[in-house]
Amino acid sequence: MGTFLLDARDLDALIQAIRSQGHQVVGPTLRDGAIVYDELHAAADLPHGWTDEQEKGTYRVLKRDDGAYFGYAAGPHSWKKFLQLPRRPVWQAQKSDSGVQILEIQEAVPNLAFIGVRSCELHAIAIQDRVFIGDQYANDSYAKRRANLFTVAVNCTSAASTCFCLSMDTGPQVTLPSDLAMTEVLEGDEHYFLISGGSEQGERILQQLPVQPASEHQVALGNRAIDHASEQMAEGPRNFDSSDMKALLYRNFESPAWDLVADRCLSCANCTMACPTCFCSTVEDSTDLSGEHAERWERWDSCFTGDFSYITGGSVRADTRSRYRQWMTHKLATWQDQFGSSGCVGCGRCIAWCPVGIDITEEVTRIREMEKQ
Amino acid sequence: MVQHSRTIETAETKPKLAVWKFTSCDGCQLSLLDCEDELLQLAEQVEIANFMEASSVQLPGPYDLSLVEGSITTPEEERRIREIRAQSRVLVTIGACATSGGIQALRNFAEVDDFIAAVYAHPEYIDTLKTSTPASAHVAVDFELHGCPINKRQLLEVISAFLHRRPPQIPAHSVCIECKLRGNVCVWVAHGTPCMGPVTHAGCGAICPAYNRGCYACYGPKENPNTDSLCHWWQQELGAEKATVIENLRNFNSAAPIFDVASRRQEGGDDQD
Ligand code: SF4
Ligand code: SF4
Ligand code: SF4
Ligand code: SF4
Repeated sequence: MGTFLLDARDLDALIQAIRSQGHQVVGPTLRDGAIVYDELHAAADLPHGWTDEQEKGTYRVLKRDDGAYFGYAAGPHSWKKFLQLPRRPVWQAQKSDSGVQILEIQEAVPNLAFIGVRSCELHAIAIQDRVFIGDQYANDSYAKRRANLFTVAVNCTSAASTCFCLSMDTGPQVTLPSDLAMTEVLEGDEHYFLISGGSEQGERILQQLPVQPASEHQVALGNRAIDHASEQMAEGPRNFDSSDMKALLYRNFESPAWDLVADRCLSCANCTMACPTCFCSTVEDSTDLSGEHAERWERWDSCFTGDFSYITGGSVRADTRSRYRQWMTHKLATWQDQFGSSGCVGCGRCIAWCPVGIDITEEVTRIREMEKQ
Repeated sequence: MVQHSRTIETAETKPKLAVWKFTSCDGCQLSLLDCEDELLQLAEQVEIANFMEASSVQLPGPYDLSLVEGSITTPEEERRIREIRAQSRVLVTIGACATSGGIQALRNFAEVDDFIAAVYAHPEYIDTLKTSTPASAHVAVDFELHGCPINKRQLLEVISAFLHRRPPQIPAHSVCIECKLRGNVCVWVAHGTPCMGPVTHAGCGAICPAYNRGCYACYGPKENPNTDSLCHWWQQELGAEKATVIENLRNFNSAAPIFDVASRRQEGGDDQD
């Protein structure tokens, strides 16, 4: 073990080494004016020299003046789309002479490798693990995808203005296990990655790469780059004390702040879809015209829909006030009782991808202030 | 919201399906014709008792399932929709015209006599109502299938559901959910393009955002929409003109009460009908 130096020009060797192990490599790539997660065939598919500018309800990609490969923050996609599929068949059924026959779905599950997983995202995956495989009721599809997952984590060296992992204690430095962890360093004319293995498989890949041991100075430069991201967040408007979230929200379930946010919220569900930890899904049962064949599909759902809380007679949460309150209280408070951690990792996706710029950190502040009034 | 409705009675004979046309372009009925393979399957399951677009056979009622296309714009149509309702066990409206007045509901915001005078050489031959309204303004409707035009996959789903007495899987949530399921990059947030997705009923599969343009609400309002907040952000943050906002509220579903009220409010006019 130890920290090694991989020249930026050799980054493709990493991707090819992982591919040669039979992994389907997915990671950040530029598409339709955003840095999305999709299949990568080579280092050239990465958003080389691109960054993003994010604020409430807006996201733009911009050219950087250097050739950084990982010089941007969380984008519209999260890794959950590869582990908890947006839509998947659960089972099929066929009418037969002997009644109904249930047909199992045979899923071809790829050996996935995620390149460029940020610290907050490792936390998000760990949170989803607790939901889907941490207890007696496991989601088989998730479990299969998760089992052979290879992760290359990347330390954040610059934060978007929407990032607040510092407040949630989930970044910017990678602390959770990954197969490989990297820090990108751009210093003068030099451009390299500090890379270290975190598993046997990771070490094996590392051995195939043209790396050399990193010097103390180089490691220090890497740490300084990560500190830079911390400083950006510490000085930014979204830094807050999250230690009392549960008590705060439990005390304020009738806060007038919920009415104010409900005036603006579209109950469109973009926040929950973009959130890397939101795990809710629904099942859709249907038949064909003949009624001989039936299917059950699982699909992402959100507490912002009326169907989500629909029981005989109507929706329990018919209005936006109760839906927004459910979402925010679940993320920051009830999640702690349910799964023993916060449901928010501070990635800022819900802030940027909310069409009307509703900001969870601002709502925390508002609730706090209105309580004092 | 999935609502159970009166179910089709079991009978020895095949259930009778009827398709009815009111004021419309026929596009939604075409979606049914467009089903091709499934149409043959459908013909095995039901007796097609009335479908003028496909066949001149017209069988008398009662009908087990009536699909109604088009809005109500004439006194004759007002009468006919009641008759059809009385003859139908289940009545499903299909498309923007039948569910929320269609494009022709633009007359609701102006004087129809002025249109008639401008278009027809002999206005005295025209016997029309001042408004274009959805079937639901006249009779009880068991299910509304939105879209301009409707999507054939959803139409088959609704027919299958009513034939087999199960709730149709036609979620009333936003287009944004479909957009996110599809992995689209949000055109509103990433490009600053005004998009009606957050207030629009799902069903199309977020086609427009997938081609980098804004949704223009052809499926009408979703459940629990917040048009005020959307219109505010379009104008304040995305720089949309008021005329653009009104045009989008009045595309194909201007008589949907939520869009009607919102567009009148934008105009600064009163909220009355
Ligand atoms: S709640 Fe928002 S900031 Fe927190 S993890 Fe989800 S998307 Fe990220
Ligand atoms: S916030 Fe809503 S969508 Fe997200 S996990 Fe909680 S209940 Fe589900
Ligand atoms: S908070 Fe924003 S993204 Fe979430 S449902 Fe409301 S308007 Fe949509
Ligand atoms: S592009 Fe339109 S439909 Fe898609 S998420 Fe954005 S606002 Fe919603």
